[in-house]
Amino acid sequence: MTKTKKINIKIDGINVSVEEGTTILNAALNANIHIPTLCYHKDLCVAGNCRVCVVELKGAKNLVASCAMPVSEGMEVFTNTGKVRLARKHIVELLLSEHNADCTKCYKNGNCELQLLASEMLTGEHMFLDLVPDQHYTIDMFNPAIIKDDSRCIRCQRCVRTCEELQSVSALGVAYKGDKMKISTFFEHPMFEVVCTNCGQCVNRCPTGALVERNYVDEVWDAIYDPTKHVVVQTAPAVRIALGESLGMNPGKIVTGKMVAALKRLGFDSVLDTDFTADLTIIEEGNELLTRLKRALVDKDKKVALPMATSCSPGWIKFIEHTFPEYLPNLSTCKSPQQMFGALAKTYYAQKRGLDPKNIVSVSIMPCTAKKFEANRPEMRSSGYQDVDYVLTTRELGIMIKQAGLAFESLPDEHFDSIMGESTGAAVIFGSTGGVMEAALRTAYELVTGREVPFDGLNITPVRGTEGEIREAAIKITDVLPEWKFLEGVELKCVVANGLANAKKVMQAVKDGKADYHFIEIMACPGGCLGGGGQPIPTDREIRNKRKEAIYQEDKGMPIRKSHENPEIKQIYAEFLEKPLGHKSHELLHTHYTPRKRY
Amino acid sequence: MATNNNNQIIKTLVDKYGRDRTSLMPILQGIVEQKNYLSDTDMTEVARELDLSAAQVYGTATFYSFLDTVPRGKYVIRVCKTITCDMHGKKLIVQTIENMLKIKVGETTQDKKFTLLQTNCLGWCHKGPSMLINDEVYADLTPEKTHEIIAEYMNK
Amino acid sequence: MSELVQRVDLIFGEYSDQKYKTLAETVGRSNEDIIKDLLDSGLKGRGGAGFPTALKWKFTMEQPADERFVICNADEGEPGTFKDREILSKVPRKVFAGMAICGKVIGAKRGFMYLRGEYKSLLPGLLKEIEIYDETAKKLGIDFKIEIRMGSGAYICGEESALFESMEGKRGEPRNKPPYPTVSGFMNKPTVINNVETFVNVLMICRIGPIQFRKLGTHDSRGSKVFSVSGDTPKAGIYELELGMPLAEFVEEFGDGDTKAVQVGGASGFCVPRKKFKDTIIGFEGVPTGGSMMIFNSSRSMYNVLHNYLEFFEEESCGQCTPCRVGCQQLRKGIEAVKRGDKPVVYLEQLMKLSETMKITAKCGLGQSVANSFSSIVSNFKEEMIY
Repeated sequence: MTKTKKINIKIDGINVSVEEGTTILNAALNANIHIPTLCYHKDLCVAGNCRVCVVELKGAKNLVASCAMPVSEGMEVFTNTGKVRLARKHIVELLLSEHNADCTKCYKNGNCELQLLASEMLTGEHMFLDLVPDQHYTIDMFNPAIIKDDSRCIRCQRCVRTCEELQSVSALGVAYKGDKMKISTFFEHPMFEVVCTNCGQCVNRCPTGALVERNYVDEVWDAIYDPTKHVVVQTAPAVRIALGESLGMNPGKIVTGKMVAALKRLGFDSVLDTDFTADLTIIEEGNELLTRLKRALVDKDKKVALPMATSCSPGWIKFIEHTFPEYLPNLSTCKSPQQMFGALAKTYYAQKRGLDPKNIVSVSIMPCTAKKFEANRPEMRSSGYQDVDYVLTTRELGIMIKQAGLAFESLPDEHFDSIMGESTGAAVIFGSTGGVMEAALRTAYELVTGREVPFDGLNITPVRGTEGEIREAAIKITDVLPEWKFLEGVELKCVVANGLANAKKVMQAVKDGKADYHFIEIMACPGGCLGGGGQPIPTDREIRNKRKEAIYQEDKGMPIRKSHENPEIKQIYAEFLEKPLGHKSHELLHTHYTPRKRY
Repeated sequence: MATNNNNQIIKTLVDKYGRDRTSLMPILQGIVEQKNYLSDTDMTEVARELDLSAAQVYGTATFYSFLDTVPRGKYVIRVCKTITCDMHGKKLIVQTIENMLKIKVGETTQDKKFTLLQTNCLGWCHKGPSMLINDEVYADLTPEKTHEIIAEYMNK
Repeated sequence: MSELVQRVDLIFGEYSDQKYKTLAETVGRSNEDIIKDLLDSGLKGRGGAGFPTALKWKFTMEQPADERFVICNADEGEPGTFKDREILSKVPRKVFAGMAICGKVIGAKRGFMYLRGEYKSLLPGLLKEIEIYDETAKKLGIDFKIEIRMGSGAYICGEESALFESMEGKRGEPRNKPPYPTVSGFMNKPTVINNVETFVNVLMICRIGPIQFRKLGTHDSRGSKVFSVSGDTPKAGIYELELGMPLAEFVEEFGDGDTKAVQVGGASGFCVPRKKFKDTIIGFEGVPTGGSMMIFNSSRSMYNVLHNYLEFFEEESCGQCTPCRVGCQQLRKGIEAVKRGDKPVVYLEQLMKLSETMKITAKCGLGQSVANSFSSIVSNFKEEMIY
């Protein structure tokens, strides 16, 4: 490895030595100087277009954008001169002059990066003319998941870079130029009419209120206050390791018990766990994979769709519907854990609790904005009602907890209610890239061989995905039980990818015949659900890594770590579903997909 | 059928210039040359051929003032509105054309023959006012001269 | 013509009898030799920024790469500038020869001319000349192809990195610098991008030698320059003149006797009022220009002139960076508000400060140069702004 060169510079009189190629912005952090930014985001390539981060260089007439300027030997930087301060204030004032700054009517009030800068810079009386009345701003409110309000947009293009670089979707682009320049979908169509997957990564990165989730906070409160309704809530695996961030805690804290306690105090009638249906997904999906393999290997059925791909990530589902519709048969027909839960809440749960399903309001807390769209799909009504009524993001739950005045950090740990509240470590790791694969292997391998997976402490590290990477693994199956003898010696080829840009690469390889996988796990968001579009803001690589550590720590701490050993799972098959892939399962737990236009 | 014809135009252009993104401008220019504007189906077809998103094609097209995304007439008149042409009587030229064609700036005649637009500096500042009709330049304009030119096009 | 305004006949001089004679003579010379001649000639880029051409080529040549490109920037869009059009319609051969010399020196096999869409009528002539070039290149064994790419009506694409983006099929949004084109230009390869006139100058230096070339102009502004003269002048048109002349002499020659101001360098240049004609030198030591000279007489309202420029920038800004996108709107609407009386006269001071911020913070030359005309017009013609 080549040794990286050190560059010595001076920032505000402080000597700093950093690696060659470091930007002034990052070098300044070494001198404990925080330079304000807006268009900059750690996950994205540098744009250098907002110009808020300008600094002065000795000997240079013009200021430079510190996010885009690499250090050079002997450079002398000044971050807080009068010239710099006036320039930054001007820039923020300019942004405010084209910004609909009725902050108290904005969902991002209190969480807006522009608002924060404005308050730091004391932009009391506006310096410049108000341009908003002359702009013809539009608001796109037709989407159940995401609202796009151009009047709050500062054109930093973070969303555009997110959609292109991380997701390879480019549903959002930049259109027109000059004073007319705007962030736009194709032909300014509503978001729901274009290739947007509702992943919400743009929402997570938008510094203002221009892109936000459609929130259902008031609807959920109304349901809670309605005495005729029985409100059940389910919580996704990735919420319990991130919710704390919305409430002032550091990233990487496991807050499962406090989250349950908070939900009970908010007034939900029953606090249950999506992890339960994650375990159920493993049973159904594991059996589905084995069935497909049997049809391919034993029956020599050429029509069986392999590789099989996971179907828990609704952003990924919409992506493949648009981009690779010819591969829809390869998707597992299993609904996502959220939707399995929804279907069971208004059937199995209702029966067990003696409730009329029409009086059940089913709420889910998700790290995801695409889940809002998923819940609204017409096929997600197999209970006879809309299976999941309201989907809230981790952030929305944070808001409800704040509204209720709960001192979150001081809450005692409480347990999920039963039934459908029991889960295993295998379900928890659904929240991270590679988790579904690992959970499925823990169960399928044991089902086929009668032995635990041959990995230390059940930790199948080869499939634990790494952010931004496509991870391939092959697991050789030997000494199988008699009924699975067609799998003897088979090397099960798996691939794990996160972020839709990587998903596209995997599917392209499959399409080009360059890959012979059996099983594909794809999560639409970088790092998996822990980096979901509905997670607390900010989310970046460092924060995702902390959440990931927390998830695997939670798995390790669970008494049961294999889905098929979940007692409530055994119970539901005994009492209700009968057998995996049985008639009831097909009716309630499986679904079909819709080819959509890419253009 | 019109759609097939469109697809043929695009296909020919794509075959000629290639499927790299570097070919996007020549392809879009080629479509505008033949059809006077880029329709949404044209842009989606180009996106498909070049493996781009439709929003990316739209973003590029709308950046350039000659790549129109709304229907234009057979003859697109662009009158220069920049400083020296403005100083030397651009307004009268625009008025002359407006009166002849019975349209305002930005509009297209009902028979889809003419669209009247204004544009930034055409590079004929020493002979202003000037205008483009499609790719043809007309400089040293007077209302009389403009009248003659437009009349000639009207008879085409 | 006045003594100090010297007509020159370098650029538009006739072709030699033999096609591409100078190119044929030059391809045999060593690259170091050619670079040295360019260095000695003192040639600076003719697009307006004035970077020494020899250094640009040298940096590109020395940058390790598997491929390098030569680009001729023919996206002439600066209001009041039309000299490249004239060069391209009269002496395109000289341009292509200059490009081919550049290709040889830096080791490029492909060259492009980015021609603005407004000049599409020049295309047939240029393509014809390229055919002649191709034949010659074949004969001379020059492995350098020239292609033409068209713009489509976007002034900002004259900015070099925006031009690369446009050629790559994207929106013409300028890039962050560094890296500079010499390191990472078209397709992220080292690229020499020069103005049309610069390539002709290169050819002429190769023909007459650096010593002859240096005799023209002044210490900081060597050689001749093609000027585009327009506005209130009886002699509007193209003139090849020596650099370094006082503006007063220029006005004497080209003015209509009632000149109150000259805009030097187009909308992005400076407005010089009558009282400063004497002390203003046209050239890199004084007011630099890409060739645009717009003359205004006392019948003109400088408010209208500025308003026209600002509308131009407002539309032609790429829109990506805050100071330029919003700043241009604020300046235009700001002077309107002062004129209407909706804002007090002191608001002009606020706008002057804003224009200064645009100058030091905008991402590219467009946004940075709006302040030039704004501050020079507002400070010299304040009374016209107010009422």
